[in-house]
Amino acid sequence: MRKIILLPLILFVLLLGFLAIGLRRDPHEIPSPLVNRVAPPFSLSTLQPEQALFSPEAMRGKVWMLNVWATWCAACQEEHPVLVSFAQEGLVPLVGLSYKEVQAADAPEGKPFTPEAKLALARQRSLAWLRAKGDPYSLVAMDLDGRVGIDYGVYGVPETYVIDKQGVIRYKQIGAVTPAVLAEKIRPLIQELNRS
Amino acid sequence: MGATALLLALLMSLAGFCLAKEAVEIGEEPWVEARMLKLSEELRCLVCQNETLASSRAELANDLRVEVRNLVKQGKTDPEIKDYLVARYGDFVLYRPEVKPLTWLLWFGPFAVLLGAAGMGWLYLRARKRHTARNALSAHDRARAEQLLNPVDRP
Repeated sequence: MRKIILLPLILFVLLLGFLAIGLRRDPHEIPSPLVNRVAPPFSLSTLQPEQALFSPEAMRGKVWMLNVWATWCAACQEEHPVLVSFAQEGLVPLVGLSYKEVQAADAPEGKPFTPEAKLALARQRSLAWLRAKGDPYSLVAMDLDGRVGIDYGVYGVPETYVIDKQGVIRYKQIGAVTPAVLAEKIRPLIQELNRS
Repeated sequence: MGATALLLALLMSLAGFCLAKEAVEIGEEPWVEARMLKLSEELRCLVCQNETLASSRAELANDLRVEVRNLVKQGKTDPEIKDYLVARYGDFVLYRPEVKPLTWLLWFGPFAVLLGAAGMGWLYLRARKRHTARNALSAHDRARAEQLLNPVDRP
């Protein structure tokens, strides 16, 4: 009988524990079902008009990173210097995915963009940004309408994927890559993946 | 029923507002719109997490509604469309999580707690009944107790 009296207290402490864990978690970080799946295929124009279409297939046999960004994204501005210095290490190729650089609202009143005009404007803006802030990317694929973003489960830029030699997504960073994330998660993972 | 209809009308007007921005024609095929809307009400917007895809005005919600509309037009079934989104964004997009081993605790946990509480209540009542039966007063004790309690009224 005595022990049963303690039960509500134990349950309450348990509940407090769950709430404490819940409070420390960032509700915006939703675990991606794509981790440990093959990176969805796509084929997109890149930043350079003369360059061929880019497809993740081209990166087979290499460990690489895909960084989803846009010039309008505030967190990308914070993230950018971190990526630039990371790229200088030359550890892995970093491919950019320019996500919806030109929004429908950018179009002059009543005149929606043609796909060509949209691509040209997106390239122009992205290039200017990279010229001013430094270019960490080995290439940038242009996801103008966000369709590839949907396949990759992108819901808030910036997002970064680490992809292994077999083309499988091994890690997804939601939100900006920070020096701490690089040190604790990404660098150890890349070292492990490069060894295999 | 009236409230539901009103809510639906409100959601529809909101959806129309958002879609106007992308210049996507609405009501072109009413059955497509109706199914898209019905599905969107069961899907969560990942940007503003307490809103459905139908009511959210986030850019991504807009894109996903366009995506759902396209899938409906392609003749995909509702489970197929939900699977399509779950494969990309995880179970979190579903307002009503699927019943599977991982979500058993979520679905059946409250009933398990209720059953447990009922069981404990039953055990407690049984123990109390036994206790009172064992310690029942004899006729002599009862008479004495009554005498002590009402010494004046009962001479």
